[in-house]
Amino acid sequence: MSTPLVEARGIVKRYGPTTALADGRLTVLPGESHALVGRNGAGKSTLVTLLTGLQAPDEGTVRFDGEAAPPLADRDAWRRKVACVYQRPTVVPELTVAENLFINRQPLKRRFISWRRLKAEATELLDAWDVHVDPEARTADLKVEDRQMVEIARALSFGARFIVLDEPTAQLDNREIERLFSRMRALQDSGVTFLFISHHLQEVYEVCQTVTVLRDARWITTAPVADLPRAALVEAMAGESLETIAEQAVQERIVDDTAPLLLDARGLSSESFENIDLTVRRGEVVGLAGSSASGKIELAESLTGLHTPTSGTAHLDGKRLPFGDVQAALNAGVGCVPRDRHAQGLVIGMTVGDNATMSVLDRLGRFGFVGTERKRAVATELIERLDVHTEGPDQPVSDLSGGNAQKVVMARALASDPRLLVLINPTAGVDVKSKESLLARVDSAREDGTAVLVVSDELDDLRRCDRVLVLFHGRVVAEHEAGWRDHELIASIEGVDHG
Amino acid sequence: MADTKAAPPLAPLHTPAARSARTVLLRRARELALVPALLLLMVLGAVVNDSFLTERNLISILGASAALAMVVLAESLVLITGKFDLSLESVVGIAPAVGALLVLPVAQSGWGTEFPAVLAMLAILVVGGAIGAFNGVLVVKFKLNAFIVTLAMLIVLRGLLVGATQGKTLFGMPDSFYSLATTTFLTIPMSVWVAAISFGAAGFVLKYHRIGRALYAIGGNADAARAAGIRVERVMLGVFVVAGVLASVGGIMQTGYVGAISANQGQNMIFTVFAAAVIGGISLDGGKGTMFGALTGVLLLGVVQNLLTLAQVPSFWIQAIYGGIILVALMIARVTTGRAQD
Repeated sequence: MSTPLVEARGIVKRYGPTTALADGRLTVLPGESHALVGRNGAGKSTLVTLLTGLQAPDEGTVRFDGEAAPPLADRDAWRRKVACVYQRPTVVPELTVAENLFINRQPLKRRFISWRRLKAEATELLDAWDVHVDPEARTADLKVEDRQMVEIARALSFGARFIVLDEPTAQLDNREIERLFSRMRALQDSGVTFLFISHHLQEVYEVCQTVTVLRDARWITTAPVADLPRAALVEAMAGESLETIAEQAVQERIVDDTAPLLLDARGLSSESFENIDLTVRRGEVVGLAGSSASGKIELAESLTGLHTPTSGTAHLDGKRLPFGDVQAALNAGVGCVPRDRHAQGLVIGMTVGDNATMSVLDRLGRFGFVGTERKRAVATELIERLDVHTEGPDQPVSDLSGGNAQKVVMARALASDPRLLVLINPTAGVDVKSKESLLARVDSAREDGTAVLVVSDELDDLRRCDRVLVLFHGRVVAEHEAGWRDHELIASIEGVDHG
Repeated sequence: MADTKAAPPLAPLHTPAARSARTVLLRRARELALVPALLLLMVLGAVVNDSFLTERNLISILGASAALAMVVLAESLVLITGKFDLSLESVVGIAPAVGALLVLPVAQSGWGTEFPAVLAMLAILVVGGAIGAFNGVLVVKFKLNAFIVTLAMLIVLRGLLVGATQGKTLFGMPDSFYSLATTTFLTIPMSVWVAAISFGAAGFVLKYHRIGRALYAIGGNADAARAAGIRVERVMLGVFVVAGVLASVGGIMQTGYVGAISANQGQNMIFTVFAAAVIGGISLDGGKGTMFGALTGVLLLGVVQNLLTLAQVPSFWIQAIYGGIILVALMIARVTTGRAQD
């Protein structure tokens, strides 16, 4: 067996109290395309930052070609060994492709840049790796796939023959993905090794030879793709054997099929999703699952006014739901827990009370003036109802822990007594106890006859739903009634049960 | 070439030569966007006023624009790196004033140190560079907001100048304070030559030196620049220092042009500086713009100012008209370049 090109052993990486990687292992042989898979938070990104020398592991070793990894400060040495193409571009948009390829190492002639030689060398480099991009083009004008190829070519020109592709297909359409794969295969034939990270398992089977699975910050298995059927791969990622799955089945609730439809959306389309029909009955909880590029968040945000669909209609309780206007959606009876409580959920500088009542200020006084006492009373009631651990409505929300802060966001969503409650990642970054308490609110909202739409990556959130719709590349591909098994849902999220 | 067969949609790319020629031409055209406007104004000026297209008047436009040009050059370098420096207008006042205070005797409100003129000139440049370095350290090392830091510095420096001179106007300095504006070479003032050479040199470095390209890289995507091994902090700091020095040279030119240093020398100049830079295609977001563009911006404003004077517009109205023309020029530049001025 030849020396592995990259070998990481016993890697441990902690960020403060959280252990991002407890037992990271990776062995990549020269000339293969190696897939790295795992659910969100499994430790994939952490492993990549360690492999590309952006951070040092707390324990364990990384070796390239049998030699110890260079010190972190020696960027040039790292650049000669490994490069990563991130989803976020690492090129300068206003400069030409040629200049981006040779940034800060432009060919000189008597100490000044020779543009002629720069263009010639760029053309040569792009031709050598068969990249069809005009070296004189402005990089900002490139398509995503071409920009990725330019970044790959730049990495290769440093001498690196190990390229990490971090979810390269997330922003590409099917035809572009095919082209990327054929280019990957061609580069592989010329001796380039890839570490391929993707949420789409069928892509792993299409382009990779070996796969490493991480779960809960640990290495689970490394196997040739051919020896690992899809079911076994999903099982490795989900962390449960088929025997234990039966125990997990949640008891089915009685769904009142005769309850009136509260939300009735027809033919919703936008850039992120296509022709989606969605109905939620009174007192029904519907889950939306899918990978990060599936369009599930955009779909949910369409109903709350944060995202405007290009076509389709939605009716809430028989009335047309306006799109693209948060205030109008709120007035129509939509309450929302936005996807990111730091970015969209809370105003960090304000108090708990101000944050909780922000969306209902018009009810607390006349002509736009806000009654302080009314506000205090409403806020105090919300704090009690949601069991927020706080000194009172006047405490700055920035003092609260993640779980309590999320409860404030939930309080705000409930403050307007919504008829449709849209929860996007409602338990992200929240401790177990707060999670239970937040999910309990979903149950009580359901009992009050509210229609609830839960969008989440967490299986625990989705388990409470009466049914879960799975989105894949912007289309509903599966619907699971309550009582689904983890591996079934994961398989449809990762797109392995349909092709 | 296996993938070309597999992917027929790549076919349109098979005329890269023609396409690149067109894109290069387009980029050049954008650089030259203001030239037609400038020519149009010149024709207009010639029609409206007989004395506009005389050699004497054209030279006076250049002489009047030289100081502004130096500050626009300084600001453009900072803007391309993606930062701001508002305090340059106060540097225009305080740097030459410090030089003057160092040479003047106490009787003429100086500090009485009575430095030799050469040393005083050097001190002016050092003051400019030191202020730039101070701004740079606050913005780059301590990561304070460039806009607010330099706004505060603008006020502080203006206050220091007023305090140090007791609000009085300084005059009676040695000839070297005025020689940039008064001596001529081939009938054109030295200040114009200096400004022209500075623009030429800056343009050359920006185009043909790695440091110059680094400014664009930092302004365009600082993370990418850092990843490419550019010492982002050091380059930014250097740009602030250079900008300070260039602005102090602009201050000397202004002193020579006016013949004295008043306590409000350079005041409100920064608005014109930004207008000229943006009209000339320098992006306030960084990473975009050329020295040639900035220069056309300066000349455009210089010609407008001159035309307004020649047309004997009542002085009470001149500001309103000047501001209006800047607005129109911005709109025209937006239309002709077809790009958002962000």
